[in-house]
Amino acid sequence: MFEYIVQQLINGISIGSIYALIALGYTMVYGIIKLINFAHGDVFMVGAFVGYFAAKAGLGLFWSLILAMAVCAILGVLIERLAYRPLRGAARIVILITAIGVSFLLENLGIYALGPQAKGFPEIVTKTQYTLFGDVTINSVQIIVLAVTVILMVLLQYVVHKTKMGKAMRAVSYDMEAARLMGINVDTTISFTFAIGSALAGAAGVVFAVMYPSVDPLMGIIPGLKAFVAAVLGGIGIIPGALVGGLVLGIVETGVSSAGFSLWRDGAAFAILILILIFKPSGLFGKNVREKV
Amino acid sequence: MAAQQLLLNVDNVSRVFGGLKAVSDVNMQIQDGELVGLIGPNGAGKTTLFNLLTGVYEPSGGKIHLSGESVGGLRPYQITKRGAARTFQNIRLFGDMTVLENVMVAYHMHARHSLFTSIFRLPGHFKGEAEMREKAVEFLKIFNLDGKKDEIAKNLPYGEQRRLEIARALAARPKLLLLDEPAAGMNPQETVDLMNLIRWIRDEFKITILLIEHDMGLVMGVCERIYVLDHGQIIASGTPEEIRTNPHVIEAYLGQEV
Amino acid sequence: MFNKKFFLYLVLSLVFYGVVQFLITGMWLNDFYVDTLVLIGINIILAVSLNLINGFTGQFSIGHAGFMSIGAYVSAIMTYNFQMSFPVALLAGCVAAALAGLVIGLPTLRLKGDYLAIATLGFGEIIRIVWLNTEYVGGASGMNGIDKLTNWTWTFFLVLITILVIQNIVKSTHGRAMISVRENEIAAEAMGVNVTKYKVYAFVVGAFFAGLAGGLTAHYFYIIQPTSFNFMKSFEILVFVVLGGLGSTGGVVLGTILLTLLFTYLQEYPELRMIIYSLILIFTMIFRPQGLLGGFSAKKMVKKGGSSQDGSSTTSA
Repeated sequence: MFEYIVQQLINGISIGSIYALIALGYTMVYGIIKLINFAHGDVFMVGAFVGYFAAKAGLGLFWSLILAMAVCAILGVLIERLAYRPLRGAARIVILITAIGVSFLLENLGIYALGPQAKGFPEIVTKTQYTLFGDVTINSVQIIVLAVTVILMVLLQYVVHKTKMGKAMRAVSYDMEAARLMGINVDTTISFTFAIGSALAGAAGVVFAVMYPSVDPLMGIIPGLKAFVAAVLGGIGIIPGALVGGLVLGIVETGVSSAGFSLWRDGAAFAILILILIFKPSGLFGKNVREKV
Repeated sequence: MAAQQLLLNVDNVSRVFGGLKAVSDVNMQIQDGELVGLIGPNGAGKTTLFNLLTGVYEPSGGKIHLSGESVGGLRPYQITKRGAARTFQNIRLFGDMTVLENVMVAYHMHARHSLFTSIFRLPGHFKGEAEMREKAVEFLKIFNLDGKKDEIAKNLPYGEQRRLEIARALAARPKLLLLDEPAAGMNPQETVDLMNLIRWIRDEFKITILLIEHDMGLVMGVCERIYVLDHGQIIASGTPEEIRTNPHVIEAYLGQEV
Repeated sequence: MFNKKFFLYLVLSLVFYGVVQFLITGMWLNDFYVDTLVLIGINIILAVSLNLINGFTGQFSIGHAGFMSIGAYVSAIMTYNFQMSFPVALLAGCVAAALAGLVIGLPTLRLKGDYLAIATLGFGEIIRIVWLNTEYVGGASGMNGIDKLTNWTWTFFLVLITILVIQNIVKSTHGRAMISVRENEIAAEAMGVNVTKYKVYAFVVGAFFAGLAGGLTAHYFYIIQPTSFNFMKSFEILVFVVLGGLGSTGGVVLGTILLTLLFTYLQEYPELRMIIYSLILIFTMIFRPQGLLGGFSAKKMVKKGGSSQDGSSTTSA
């Protein structure tokens, strides 16, 4: 039993860390412009496709990842510039609907250009099982997923806390107007946030595609929604919260599936979402803020 | 002014925000028909006290009675139904509704026709709606706003928005009217007009008014009695004369003209 | 009031109904046109009812497909498994959807803005997943061979009733109470409006009619599957409302007709269709957030915390 639980934990953490990577983008963007960027899951999909073509062209995992991250960063910035920036200052709902539109657009451009069928992802990582102890195993893909997540997480912490840009990001998310008055270039900072968040989603796309070796234009919807749940769970806008939220969600999901309710797995994610929203909308790590009257 | 009835009784009311006492042990008794001012430096807790009286916040301790009925912890709409209506420091009109509709919303709680009646357009609906409209138009006349009844509220000039907000609150037929900085953003002439309006409202509608104000001229000129709030506590109360000479008040406002 | 304009519209719509019915009976309109007309009708019911929640009451719900699915499944079960008559089955579907609206609305409506949007989306998905896991209604493959009982007449008159009921609510003190909630929730409550009650009313009535649309759908297309009611469907309904103009029934009706027509005629190019659709959505939001056909600006919807003066407020919720 103990071994079984450890095994499920390992499985849960590896899928959970992918959610965490995507959730980071959600949370950073929400933190800075209070937008639920619905298109984020589709940026993840684009990342997976870039990885797919890179791998097809013979690139290894490392360069596929780098390429996907770069393309997604550019895509993220473009989306922000073209669709969201003209709406700066508009109501959040207006931007939210725009984000839904961008999401549709990416999905359907994907279907139009690449066809709706799923494509098998080339095997760029040889899958080997390692036995940890007893019956508990971990495979090379899971190790890579964890390694990629940890490395990116450390890099992100560095960027956010040790660089000038990171400081600007925190300032803008705290108070955009004050940051502007203090001479921070708000537009650049927001673009930078989109670039980083989207690059993380791109990386998540590649490792996700390596793990479930297939890609299709609608693959971003469900992981995107779940990552959003993870972000809310951890407290949207809070970077460590996204990490914890992703891991918790991954573990819960794996638990629900392994208990024989795999068809309810997606339901569990949404149930968590609703419970959190109703009982602690600020998330596990958030503070409650109430409207000033 | 003898033999008056106690309308509002605030008994040891406190409100704590995360360990910080925004309002602590406030006592306040307002008689029927009084015109009372609530003053104090910025951040003294005046608006918080208003929010407690109108149900926006729940008191952390103490009791609030309106006409002898306990209202502490009730929802704002329940308190409004029990006879206290308010305006807001930052105007909160129903911006995209017309002037008339703004006032009609205040009559809503007195409406006798149900949702069912309205859906099926039973006779009660037409009668009820016509009555409301008529009353609202009459009401706007009093405030000289009937000419603008079909204008969208957010398009009114600032001063008229303030007046409309007061009219809307009065339309709810309160026993107690709470005005949160009614003169904010007004020029001296508008402030004088407002003073007259407030006094006239009290006499005409025979109601009780409690107002928060920064403009000392207005407070001293119009209020019969004043409470001074500082750091969440009542530090003085009395007639304008008494307040003007009260050493605690002078201290609280040190450096400011009282 | 039942004024002249009302009777004019009524007569005009009855004439329209009569002409179409005549054309159908005389076989001048082929199935394609009838399908399109029925689809437009169903979409109008969906959009007009969602507009009560989103447009008039200002509560941003994107779970309408969930309520629609309840109406679809419940009414289909009624006719298919219990041989009930069509109107009874439809009504049962509506009531079930309305009850779901009540159950979901009570806890969620405390949430504001995008949080509410996400919670309703989550509920919509949960409803879908419940159908997916219920063997009684066929699980993932759904229900098959439902009688085709919906026709032009049913659709037309139910659309008419939906619009009438929604308009009768909106143009009454209850409607003004709902709009006041949208305009400024705190002020509405301070004016004696029981904000929670009116949010729930809007939600329940909206869900009721979504259920009606679901029942009509189930009995027109023979088959219902959980995937037809996913959040993409909810978004689709939302797009009708937003493009038509939040808070404007006329705008929403027109918008729904135009978009459904556009969709139907682009059916031969399914990928392009969705691309055009999303571009319209994005461009409308950027250049005409009040909707293509008027209605109030969606901008208002999130400015709940703000003073109506400067509009520079930020709300945290």
